[in-house]
Amino acid sequence: MQDSHILLSVRDLTKHYPAEGNGFFHRNNEFIHAVDHVSFDLREGETLGLVGESGCGKSTTGRLVVGMEKPDGGSILYEGQELAGMSRKELSSIRTLLQMIFQDSYQSLNPRKRVLDILADPMVFHGIVSRADAPRRVGELLQLVGLPADAADRYPHEFSGGQRQRISIARALSLNPRLIVCDEPVSALDVSIQAQILNLMKDLQDRLGVAYLFIAHGLGAVHYISDRIAVMYLGEIVELGEGQEVFRHPLHPYAQALIGAVPAADPDRRPDDASILKGEAGDAVHVGEGCRFAARCPFAADQCLREHPVLTDFGNGHLAACWRAARGHECEPGI
Amino acid sequence: METLLDVNDLQVRFHSDFGDRIVTDHIAFQVGSGEILGIVGESGSGKSVTSLALMGLLPGNGSVLSGSAQFGGRDLLALSGKELDEIRGRDICMIYQDALASLDPVFPVGLQITEAIRRHVEPDRKKAHSIAVSWLDRIGIPNPEQAMNRYPHEFSGGQRQRIMIAMGLSCRPKLLIADEPTTALDVTIQAQIMKIIRDLRRELGMSVILITHDIGLIAQNADRVLVMYAGQIMESAGVRELFHHPLHPYTRALLASAPDPGDARERRLVSIPGSVPENYTNMSGCRFASRCAYAGGAGPSGDTGAGGSGSTAPSGYICPECLQHQELREPEPGHFVRCIRADGF
Repeated sequence: MQDSHILLSVRDLTKHYPAEGNGFFHRNNEFIHAVDHVSFDLREGETLGLVGESGCGKSTTGRLVVGMEKPDGGSILYEGQELAGMSRKELSSIRTLLQMIFQDSYQSLNPRKRVLDILADPMVFHGIVSRADAPRRVGELLQLVGLPADAADRYPHEFSGGQRQRISIARALSLNPRLIVCDEPVSALDVSIQAQILNLMKDLQDRLGVAYLFIAHGLGAVHYISDRIAVMYLGEIVELGEGQEVFRHPLHPYAQALIGAVPAADPDRRPDDASILKGEAGDAVHVGEGCRFAARCPFAADQCLREHPVLTDFGNGHLAACWRAARGHECEPGI
Repeated sequence: METLLDVNDLQVRFHSDFGDRIVTDHIAFQVGSGEILGIVGESGSGKSVTSLALMGLLPGNGSVLSGSAQFGGRDLLALSGKELDEIRGRDICMIYQDALASLDPVFPVGLQITEAIRRHVEPDRKKAHSIAVSWLDRIGIPNPEQAMNRYPHEFSGGQRQRIMIAMGLSCRPKLLIADEPTTALDVTIQAQIMKIIRDLRRELGMSVILITHDIGLIAQNADRVLVMYAGQIMESAGVRELFHHPLHPYTRALLASAPDPGDARERRLVSIPGSVPENYTNMSGCRFASRCAYAGGAGPSGDTGAGGSGSTAPSGYICPECLQHQELREPEPGHFVRCIRADGF
């Protein structure tokens, strides 16, 4: 995986939104730092998991990558092409290569269209198949995602949540993309169905070599599907590394607390209450000078409050932005 | 352990233009005082309907067909709306996923919590106010004193959820029915809330019915577990027994289908083929049979347990034993299972 070709290279990606009460009449120049200097690479055929809690900027990052939002700064290089400053029209030419799957398959599939049209229209629009050839290709796609051929003549509401998510996946794949941004694709599904979709996504990746930017708050699913994982907190990546490495030996105290808080499916592994993180992530408006996690961090020192930690490589591509880790305190999991 | 709640033979019927459905099939269980009973199941299993029926909160097209629920010498299912009103909030409190619907948008949250506390615990306005503030602090709302004057829409979804939880718990109920209480919350906040629930159980001897689809949450918190599927209890046992020796193929598959970050990554997730039957009112045999890896006859199809068969669909052949009506049996003391072949695997 290390040597494979880098498909997407994101550098210093930044998106700020005006804070509440910051309108025409109230100009206080405050901003929500939704995404702040986020950098990562995504290799061909790889899955990068993006985890973090609500408001950490993971979804915004995904939307910036596919061009649904305009970044305020930074660059998004896709195969050497800069997407960050592209107009809608220019973006449309590479749209086929970058696709997105959403959490709510009910809202992202047009209820008035048959599955045949949902899948065929984008392909015909982008000139991938002719209208006459479309039904054959739709049949292939349905088979690929494990749906019966007669699904083509039915409407989205006739399917269960898991089946609808399969339709979304088929639609994303229909344009032969190299990268699919998946925003919480399995969060709304029951566990047994979740497993079906995760396995399907893995199989499709093996067969088609498509890369995933997999955004989710459910750490179990992310751990299962991702090669590498990035942990976000208040708009920043605080840790990035091989999935196993991040889960087994998290370096950043936030990553440790986050992973430690996932309830293990084993009654003999009940964590002690002392490891539970206190408080909640503040707003991303008043982020201050130092580490954004310092206020909740059990290890915060003076330096953490004053200086902003930078993402540093601790070996084998395992990065963390933490002064304590930098000072050489190997933080044990489950602090 | 003293029994606090004793539910027997609960059947709930839903009426629709396409015919009636019985969505819980002779449900029976007990909750001991100070016990955390976990009810786990997927959507459509009947786990939420069970709790709504106990609280007299079934939607208009739902009704209790049969059954009793003894709580403190009274049958909850036979009480009038007014009598239930007295019990709800004071003795039994329910928290659920949709917090927005349970807070009044036109009153500050402080007033709403104080109101509940004054009604059930502490009539004195000042004392009730300070109890409310301490609760907001306990659930991690920043600046609790100021937060009392804010309206529900001024809080984030996660905060509203926690405010609702605080409102319920501040009345120190004997029984807490928590239906997916933390599903909408982030994991670090979920950990905080579950700790508060465990603390209250210890402090007040509160009993809890924890309803969730999250197996991890059950493993970490429950003392005893009911596994529900298609309106029936498929298996029930103590939490360690259930996780270490699951008997029902559905339970086994459910445990194997949850991704566990503590596990090595290479293991392929087990998925259960198909989905929960939509209408199971007139199903005669085992309701899980069509999805079951074992129902095809000679046990697991060439591998070691429900686990191995992965996503391959069962052949469609269902052995005669599984087509018979399945009774809840007790193969080991305290361990119940609704599967005639469960000990043979």
